[in-house]
Amino acid sequence: MIQETVGSAKAPGATNSGRLPKINPVFFVLAALLVAITLSNPNFVEPTGYMNFLKRAAPLAILAAGQIYVIVSGGFDLSVGSVITLTVVGSSMLLNNNADATWWVIPVMYAVGLAVGVVNALVVSYLRVPSLIATLGMMITLNGAAFMWSSGSPRGYLPDTFRFFGRVNIQGIPLIQFLPVALLVLVVVGLCLFWLMHRTNLGRLLHAIGDNPRAAQMSGVPLERVRIIAFVVSSLSAVTAGILLGGFAGVSTDVGVGYELQAITACVIGGAQLLGGRGSVPASIAGALTLTAIFTLLNFIGLPKPVRDVVQGVILIVAVVLATYRRNRAGRT
Amino acid sequence: MSNPAIEMRGITKSFPGVKALKSVSFSAYPGEVHALAGENGAGKSTLMKILSGVYRLDGGAVVVSGEERHFTHPLEAIRAGIAVIYQEFSLLPERTVAQNIFLGREPTRFGLIDHKAMNAEARRVLALFGSAHRIEPDTVVADLDVASQQLVEIAKAVSLDAKVIVMDEPTAALNEAECEVLFGLVDTLKKRNVAIIYITHRMREITRLADRVTVLKDGETAASFDHVPEPDTIVRAMVGRDIGDFYAAPATPQEIGDVVLSVRHAGNDRLKDISFELSAGEIVGFAGLQGAGRVALAQAIFGFLPFTEGEVLLAGNPALFTNPRDAIRAGIGLLPGDRKAEALVLMQSVADNGLLTARALSGLAGRADATPFTSAEEMNKLLHDLDVRAGSFSQEIKALSGGNQQKAIVARWLALAPRLLIFIEPTRGIDVNAKAGIYHLMRDLARKGTAIMMVSSDLPEVLGAADRILVMRAGELVAAFPRGVSEADVMLAATGEEAVAA
Amino acid sequence: MNTATLTKRPAWRMERYAPALLLAAALAIYIAIALGLGLTRFLTPEAAVSILNRSIALGITAVGQTFAILVGSIDLSVAHLISASAVVSSAIMNGDPAMMVPAVLAVLLMGAVVGTLNGLMITKLEVNPLIATLGMALIIQGCLASFHGRFGGSVPDAFQYFAYGEVIGLPVSLIVLVLLVLAAWAVLRFTRFGSNIYSVGGNRDTARAAGIKTTRVVMASHIICSLCASLAGLYLASRLKSGSPWIGTEGAYDLESIAVVVIGGTILSGGKGGIWGTVAGVIIFSLIDSIFNLAGVDAFAKQVMRGIIIVAAVAFYAVRSKRIVA
Repeated sequence: MIQETVGSAKAPGATNSGRLPKINPVFFVLAALLVAITLSNPNFVEPTGYMNFLKRAAPLAILAAGQIYVIVSGGFDLSVGSVITLTVVGSSMLLNNNADATWWVIPVMYAVGLAVGVVNALVVSYLRVPSLIATLGMMITLNGAAFMWSSGSPRGYLPDTFRFFGRVNIQGIPLIQFLPVALLVLVVVGLCLFWLMHRTNLGRLLHAIGDNPRAAQMSGVPLERVRIIAFVVSSLSAVTAGILLGGFAGVSTDVGVGYELQAITACVIGGAQLLGGRGSVPASIAGALTLTAIFTLLNFIGLPKPVRDVVQGVILIVAVVLATYRRNRAGRT
Repeated sequence: MSNPAIEMRGITKSFPGVKALKSVSFSAYPGEVHALAGENGAGKSTLMKILSGVYRLDGGAVVVSGEERHFTHPLEAIRAGIAVIYQEFSLLPERTVAQNIFLGREPTRFGLIDHKAMNAEARRVLALFGSAHRIEPDTVVADLDVASQQLVEIAKAVSLDAKVIVMDEPTAALNEAECEVLFGLVDTLKKRNVAIIYITHRMREITRLADRVTVLKDGETAASFDHVPEPDTIVRAMVGRDIGDFYAAPATPQEIGDVVLSVRHAGNDRLKDISFELSAGEIVGFAGLQGAGRVALAQAIFGFLPFTEGEVLLAGNPALFTNPRDAIRAGIGLLPGDRKAEALVLMQSVADNGLLTARALSGLAGRADATPFTSAEEMNKLLHDLDVRAGSFSQEIKALSGGNQQKAIVARWLALAPRLLIFIEPTRGIDVNAKAGIYHLMRDLARKGTAIMMVSSDLPEVLGAADRILVMRAGELVAAFPRGVSEADVMLAATGEEAVAA
Repeated sequence: MNTATLTKRPAWRMERYAPALLLAAALAIYIAIALGLGLTRFLTPEAAVSILNRSIALGITAVGQTFAILVGSIDLSVAHLISASAVVSSAIMNGDPAMMVPAVLAVLLMGAVVGTLNGLMITKLEVNPLIATLGMALIIQGCLASFHGRFGGSVPDAFQYFAYGEVIGLPVSLIVLVLLVLAAWAVLRFTRFGSNIYSVGGNRDTARAAGIKTTRVVMASHIICSLCASLAGLYLASRLKSGSPWIGTEGAYDLESIAVVVIGGTILSGGKGGIWGTVAGVIIFSLIDSIFNLAGVDAFAKQVMRGIIIVAAVAFYAVRSKRIVA
């Protein structure tokens, strides 16, 4: 028989042993970059150095952790940048400089995010519009909505109660001195999304529909429901990222610009398979940190900001090429 | 006789872990039809893919018009005058007939495509098929029926001035009238001194068309005849093994239990007035030609392309499902014929493939490793019990052989303990040796009380593995046979030949 | 049975007439609104020309995008390439009519290079076209932003003839677009290359098996697409007197060019469609724009509507397909 040379599988329960766990290369790349940053700026090992780095990376990391849900399920979500913009602009409009309104404005923004995710998923599932087009259309629409809402010039600033999440550091923590709230949010969101993707049925079903939607359907996977959750997770992560960014930056109609591509790039760096079937939340977060680390390093070297785009474009392509190359080689052996 | 148009001498070909061809010799002379027969997996397609330059041979020689050739690309074989018409068409559905015939070599005039000349030339080639079957060169291929598409494929080969045309089971998708058109065409090509290699396992076609017959079995030449022998002789050469052992023993009357599925006067746009019953413990085979509605029936029961009329009862409860999820929940499982397209999630692990349905029917937020139906540990044990051979169940299923992939899909359904399990083409693409394992597995399931519906185009398989045989034709159930019926009787019912002959 | 006709009666396929139907519908709405509001001056031939003239840049870009999509690829870098072309041309010309020819050549060369790189990434490196061209878009955007500070300049008056000149009462730019469309039609219909585009887009393996050099066909289609985007950039520079680095993205030429191609009945997976559908798509978009203007919809609301219309237009074709998309 063909398989005799391969031999039968090991006893039940022993299937995972005997192989070295494969570590995603992104973690090595990230480690190397962090070393490089430390070498060029020794202050980085101080809490103010790495904590600020993590704080700055948090919105993108959260966004990537959400985007990976859509990517694993086989799609793209290009509307996240505009959701960030809408969150920041919409919050400032609703808050209207009234600090006491924060407690209801944030849930309203999450409701908006929920609606955006559901609409994206419905358009993809039932109108059968490819997600790339559907979410690009959503992006145009939401950017227009943000402009409309603010009549083109968003007013005022966000009150401190709102900016708490993005800006405040919790002081007086032993060992690390202080802990940014943004990092805390990243850890909580990251753990939740990790659990949902890698420990629950939902996560496995997301992989299945990204891998082969027809087979998933024939196996009883509720395609629409799973897909709605994927897009909703992505949109809600964008609202969260928007709230954090609202804390760092001022209110403008271009806060979210470019974040959708950064999030996809982060996922690709983390080894996600475009068009579905493979991807990991921790690796995507590591991909986001890697991207931020590269930008930080470019900053230290003194390259102007626009060079970032060029670098990001090159990284995006190179990451995909490397992934294809690795897979092809694995396929041939 | 003149020199052979092609001659293949001592062809040997191995794939990782399996020797597909062992020193096979084969030739075809101008103006003859050489039939190539053999079971699925006997090596027919591999041999033809070597001839057409898709595969490279490991040993032996291909001689074309007296000259040894080493094709490295299908194009070289085409240029050497060898055209292969595969079962899956290589036509572009959105282009016209003429554009397809002249794909990549359109006639030009002053550097521009000469549509007039192209259509005229296409019309000239198509005229070979006789005036009764007019295909207009400017028809879009998607607008043609399957038989006409088949003819266009052949026209393409003719227009290439092919000296050798290989037809790989060309009648698989054709009805009786269309078959006659094809046979007439083969005669025409013969007269034009084309060498035709005709792959089939239908005895009737061999008798009707062939001048010589070669039978392959397990990668070797089992028999070669310079005349057309009795069908029995060919069949014996094709099967050549003890059938009693190959298939599992049939069900005993005691093993057959209560009625599980009862379909009454059910239909939809592809099925008419279907009524039958399936009982626990039995395997019922569904035979019929391609497009007779067997797969449509399976998909209707499974809720994928639902019935629009009639009544279906599953263990006495109404069971007109409109989506697979409901059907699965009620206890129906389906193993699709096209595993790669409809069953496997290739990038996921063997265990994940086995657990897919159990997870799909459990709460989305539930633990992936412990569903209410089965756990990861139990699945590993089940895969082990089914003798799925893999380095590890956490490796990607992509790397497994067809038989092992199929067993993993069986495990997917076993985890849910379905009342009714539908197998479509259960052994397609599976190594001959692994087939017996699948048959015995089906029988074991039946013994445990599952009703099994088996849809297969492999007639010997239906005859050997099923307890009862139902035959479909043109969307209707036309005959029911007990075990032990002859191949000829089933074929007659499937083709409705008596009606045609009348 | 001997008279069995093997050719199925060609089904009446809705998709084939959909662009014409949509065009008629858009035209009817436009006329109805104009009549309803008593604005008959918007129903003259001059008004028709001005409607068409509204979409020159989109039209030129869409002609190129048609090639990319027909061959089974897609180009998301066109918007940024348009910006880059506009900026580079006005920087090189810098008001000097003598620099017009070098500027145009430089811009077209840039387009050819971008198209070649896109094609190389997609064919040789096997990068998904979406990602390859998105990456290219980022790279162009970064380059543009890096150098923009040093670039100023404007186009000389003579160059504005492209956008504002008239020949026998018709705008020069419209004539250019019409000629471009005719050329594209001739290439797709009458050359082997055009035929190969359909074959490669229809099924790359089948095309390869028939001896078509698929790599070259994909490369050439991308080069054509990028050249068209560069030409659109030149047009915008001519119309606005100087290029700005956000001119292309502001017009959302990437998404809009894809949308008009799809509305024109060219399928996103390639191999089916044609240039006349794209023309219909472009006119439909111009009409929609004109309808908004007649109805006095404000700019931001227009953007919101535009996003919805693009998705709706794609859905119009996609919703009947049985395929599961993601």
